[in-house]
Amino acid sequence: MSQSTIQIDVLIPTQTKYLDLIGHIGERVAKVLDHYQGDRDALAYHLNLVLTEATTYAIKQSHATENTNAIENNVRILIKIEADSVNIKVYDHGIGVNLNTETLQQTELDHTKENNIGLFFIKKLMDSATYTQLDDGNVLEIIKYL
Amino acid sequence: MRLVEEKINGFTLLSIEEERIDAHNSEELKLTILHLIEDGEINIIVQLKNVRFIDGSGLGALLSGHKNASSKSGKIILITIQPQVFSMFELTRLDRVFEIYANLDEAINCQLERLI
Repeated sequence: MSQSTIQIDVLIPTQTKYLDLIGHIGERVAKVLDHYQGDRDALAYHLNLVLTEATTYAIKQSHATENTNAIENNVRILIKIEADSVNIKVYDHGIGVNLNTETLQQTELDHTKENNIGLFFIKKLMDSATYTQLDDGNVLEIIKYL
Repeated sequence: MRLVEEKINGFTLLSIEEERIDAHNSEELKLTILHLIEDGEINIIVQLKNVRFIDGSGLGALLSGHKNASSKSGKIILITIQPQVFSMFELTRLDRVFEIYANLDEAINCQLERLI
């Protein structure tokens, strides 16, 4: 029997104290995959990590922009679990200037830049990462094929 | 962030009493290490026994400490790293940057042997 599609839609305030919550959701996602054959503990850590990093980035983006609208002081995280993939979308309301294709393509870490490690993890541990500007913000979409 | 500082054989032992290091608490870790170095405590052993999760900002905080300590001819030594946390050091190749030991005794003995 194939994996049923599960969708988790979370809205959190732009505060880092919620990173623990988001990370743990990622860990739990790894536990509910019906047919995953790989190292489930490693996948749990990796999903925890990329959700933490992507949400951290979105929070920073939102803080870099002066938002007055209540909804803009939130970060939305959408996780879609399907038979062959986990798709993560993290929406921010920042100006979106710090993340580009080149940053997301880095395969080697520059140890002189302490701030780039999070994005390096996303690229290294996941199968696809794209950052797209929308009318009212940006979305970082991350895909892990199972 | 719960941090415990002790003095052992000329080193400052900084034990991180948190299961998780992320952007919510990594700045505090970074500043604690920075202040120790500014106060002349340039040889620091960081105990990670209780840390089950570390993100990029946590690694960045330790890397910042390494750079600051090195600039004053000191060092940051890491001990008792949990396997999954250690895998993040391997992935980033930071295991080649830091001195890493299995436990405190091994770390201290290695440092003392170098002085002989």
